[in-house]
Amino acid sequence: MPKLPAPPLPSALKAPPPRPGEENGKATPVDQAKEAGITVVDWVDERTSLSGAARWLMFRKVPKGTNWFYTLGSATMFAFLSQAVTGVFLAMYYRPDASGGAYESIRYLTNDVFLGQFVRGMHKWGSTVMVVLVFLHMARTFFFGAYKYPRELNWVIGVVLLILTMVMSFTGYLLPFDQRAYWATIVGLNINGTGPLVGPYLSDFLRGGPEFGATTLSRFYAIHMLLIPGLLAVLIGAHLYLVAKLGTTAPPWQKAESRSELLEAEV
Amino acid sequence: MSDKHEKQKSKYTLDRQIPGAFDGETVTRRRFMTATVHTTGAIAAASFALPALGLALGPIFKSTPHRWETVGTVDQFPDNNYTPVVVTLTPGIGNAGEATVYVRKFNPEIDTDIYDRGKQFIAISNRCAHLGCPVRWVDAAERFICPCHGGVYNLLGVPVGGPPVRPLDRFYTRVVGEYVQVGPRFSVNSKLRPFSPRDPGEPLDGLGQYLYPSRPGAQKL
Repeated sequence: MPKLPAPPLPSALKAPPPRPGEENGKATPVDQAKEAGITVVDWVDERTSLSGAARWLMFRKVPKGTNWFYTLGSATMFAFLSQAVTGVFLAMYYRPDASGGAYESIRYLTNDVFLGQFVRGMHKWGSTVMVVLVFLHMARTFFFGAYKYPRELNWVIGVVLLILTMVMSFTGYLLPFDQRAYWATIVGLNINGTGPLVGPYLSDFLRGGPEFGATTLSRFYAIHMLLIPGLLAVLIGAHLYLVAKLGTTAPPWQKAESRSELLEAEV
Repeated sequence: MSDKHEKQKSKYTLDRQIPGAFDGETVTRRRFMTATVHTTGAIAAASFALPALGLALGPIFKSTPHRWETVGTVDQFPDNNYTPVVVTLTPGIGNAGEATVYVRKFNPEIDTDIYDRGKQFIAISNRCAHLGCPVRWVDAAERFICPCHGGVYNLLGVPVGGPPVRPLDRFYTRVVGEYVQVGPRFSVNSKLRPFSPRDPGEPLDGLGQYLYPSRPGAQKL
């Protein structure tokens, strides 16, 4: 006996059509989590259009022959990030007090604080790593000829970043305030004082007076953890922007490939 | 003649056919607003930037008060050898503000330079004139010797070897009653002529005194 067709149901009682991604059944918690993530990203992207910028920055064309040497710049940036993060947490324990408090706070951090020696060690050795990486990155740029037109401005920014990194090393060296830190800083200040005409005023500025004084240490601390890191972050941003905008160079041994049909057309 | 006159731009906005121009107006309102906004922004930025800059640069121009510190009695110091004493250059920061001064009674046979005449005591700073490391008086060698880069000075503090560019700095001395007091620092050139205190590494002979000018923060007595 043929089955009679079911009477038409009002739309409110009908089962809803499967949502996208639910064709194979009800959405699992994993699907829901994915959906939630996509929703959040979409919400932000709809209001900022950031995905375009991210795509522009991350999915670039790179020349044939790109190799491991091209990662030295990123390695330097991660060394900087490591210094920034460890530095922030070291600042929670450090006291820039020249009458003994600075040395005592470093001693306490190194000997008594959980993981203090480890994090301080990362910051201390990381600074050397960063300087080495900066120079390797500069050598790569120089020997690959990557400083040439149109990338001269990025070379100039890189030189400023190198100088700022050196200033970071110099000002950070005083902070443990032990004998080595004190005398190395005295010698360093006097070396820059030997610059004719401006040298004496420059060392007065760095010391905050004609002699090593009560505010010299806090001055170095402020320069080390506020002034220079801010400049470094801004200039690293400019450096990265130019890298993304101008693209990277092929290594110098990479021969330009001519397309055969163009060669024929030329004859 | 009239052609030339027409080509020249009038200073009145009305003559330049600018819409909404007033009679006698020479600056457009757009231009005026732009200048006003830029000036306001500049004043706002300068009002926090200049005081902050002054805070950072102020110590360069501040003169530090002269300190006199009693270091011993008149009889305590021989005239043929140095006695080290410790004085405080910067109070309030413990050992970091202290310095060693080598004191000796004036000896007419040794201190024959004209600038030393009439002095009762000679006080020599232990700050090396190369880059500021602490020199020590080595009795057996009768020399001041620097541990960092090998600077060597004779009994008068004049360099006889190594990299130093001028003699060791000195301190003013005075006698109050039977006590010897050490005062502010001064630098000397190779003829032992006194100058306002200079940082180490700054020569004072010839052009040196002009290439490394004295600073408001550190003046000789």
